[in-house]
Amino acid sequence: MTISIRSVDKQFGRYPALSKVDLEIADGELLALLGPSGSGKTTLLRTIAGLEFPDAGQVLFDGEDVTFASAADRRVGFVFQQYALFKHMTVAKNIAFGLDVRKGKDKPSKAEIAQRVEDLLKLVELDGLGKRYPSQLSGGQRQRVALSRALAVQPSVLLLDEPFGALDATVRKSLRKELRRVHDATGVTTIFVTHDQEEALELADRVAILNKGSIEQIGTPDQVHDQPETAFVCGFVGEANCFEGQVGGGEFKAGALRLPAGGVRDGSATAYVRPHDFVLDDGGFAVRVDRAHVQGALTTVNATAADGRPIEISASRAEAPRFQGTVKIAARKAHVYAA
Amino acid sequence: MAAASHRRATEDPLWAKVLVIGTVMAFLALVLILPLAAVFAEALRKGLDAALLAINNADALAAVKLTLITAAIAVPFNAAFGLCASWAIAKHDFKGKPLLITLIDLPFSVSPVVAGLIYVLIFGLQGWFGDYLVDNDIKIIFAVPGIVLATVFVTFPFVARELIPLMQEQGTAEEEAAVSMGASGLTTFWRVTAPNVRWGLMYGVLLCNARAMGEFGAVSVVSGHIRGLTNTMPLHVEILYNEYDFVGAFAVAALLCLLAVVTLVLKTALEIVQPGVRGRGGH
Repeated sequence: MTISIRSVDKQFGRYPALSKVDLEIADGELLALLGPSGSGKTTLLRTIAGLEFPDAGQVLFDGEDVTFASAADRRVGFVFQQYALFKHMTVAKNIAFGLDVRKGKDKPSKAEIAQRVEDLLKLVELDGLGKRYPSQLSGGQRQRVALSRALAVQPSVLLLDEPFGALDATVRKSLRKELRRVHDATGVTTIFVTHDQEEALELADRVAILNKGSIEQIGTPDQVHDQPETAFVCGFVGEANCFEGQVGGGEFKAGALRLPAGGVRDGSATAYVRPHDFVLDDGGFAVRVDRAHVQGALTTVNATAADGRPIEISASRAEAPRFQGTVKIAARKAHVYAA
Repeated sequence: MAAASHRRATEDPLWAKVLVIGTVMAFLALVLILPLAAVFAEALRKGLDAALLAINNADALAAVKLTLITAAIAVPFNAAFGLCASWAIAKHDFKGKPLLITLIDLPFSVSPVVAGLIYVLIFGLQGWFGDYLVDNDIKIIFAVPGIVLATVFVTFPFVARELIPLMQEQGTAEEEAAVSMGASGLTTFWRVTAPNVRWGLMYGVLLCNARAMGEFGAVSVVSGHIRGLTNTMPLHVEILYNEYDFVGAFAVAALLCLLAVVTLVLKTALEIVQPGVRGRGGH
């Protein structure tokens, strides 16, 4: 199902949570809403679900206006941050809930519901745990139950709010793969909210980056990482060294650092350089190496420029011995934004 | 690290513990257990037969019946009201919410005698609706309806006060989940909200029941003390006592105590079954 968000505004009291948000989501897409806390990403997700209603603008499902349709009528699957499993029901009852509350001829037979629950438990690899209560499950298992419960109603869109936020790193990684697998198996349009860029970049087909209630950029993970359109996106997605300086005649200057800045208007500006875009270069500027440590295949170098700026450099493991004392480096790529 | 000591940082020295616990125990014995024991001792002073005789007569039985009827009406009413009020307060935002919360606490802060007087003022012969009630031959004051009304007023915060913090703590995520799966508001309430608060609700009902059976002040004002008709158990105790029928007074009082003890035993049983349930609000 395609989803269109058209200039949606939402305020909480005097505080604007969303302002003029436009977003098109293609059928079967896996989209991440990425942003810092308070950026409006959860509000946007809840607006799509029908748990919040916008002050202005439209939400369309397959071209049909559902802006003020209730959550119950939208057929969305929603996975909550803290799972919101029904504590007093078994896992099987939790998953069956959405089918069980249907009325009349829409309601499947008991055997059909049981079969569906069985299939879903298998899909999320929880076979045999149907009789347990949520309190008897680990965090990762609860998350899987929440996912299969949301899928039970065969939703036209699956919405997940910080789905892996409360889990430890290992479980998180495996559940990420799981979500991707479930998405590919069911083909359901999926939108998830996260503040974890790694999660968004690894999992999503496209990423929408939100800041202060507006979408800063929408694109594939590669696009938002390699061609950030705004200073915010550049600073938020991926690691970056940030420099405040001046642009004059197509060149950015900050201390001894010189960067090409074609097309940026003269005046004060901010430049971002990814750690891996700094390379050893005899024609570059001098920095003092404070610490170089090897992490897996990479060497992370903490250095200080002549004017006292801290600089982080990422190099290959083989280069580690070369980062000693004072070295000369240059930026092979930079993003410069007028202030 | 002293290996021999298993004391935790927050644990007080022995003498302090003995002092604090001893003080509490002595105080409880003095103001709670001693009077309770005295009630039973006085009731049985002339033997069990005399005590049973004092209970087994028409006036006393009528008082027991009226007390049970009053509780049987007031408790379900307040359970329903408390559930509605706490649901409205904990799960919804609306204007005037702080006012509603304050109003719910009103019966706790108003003297029960004043509560009774309010009803006399409204429904009494000289009251606002006095003429209308006389014309239509409806008796509220000095009759069962007045007693029920006064009891409802005095006991209505118990269930609500128990449920509001519980519901607030549980938040609305489970309800939202239910709604997002297509459940209607009513289905969500019965299948998600209500089961989550059932233990808190039972706890509130028990407290409410204990107070409904024991209420004296408000009921005393509206009852009129007509023997066999408008006397509840606490009122009957007072009448017997004033007539120097000490065995009778204490026998009925002992029965009232037994009802209270049963309530407390049930309450404790609830706490053992469901350790999460504790007295949060209320008195």
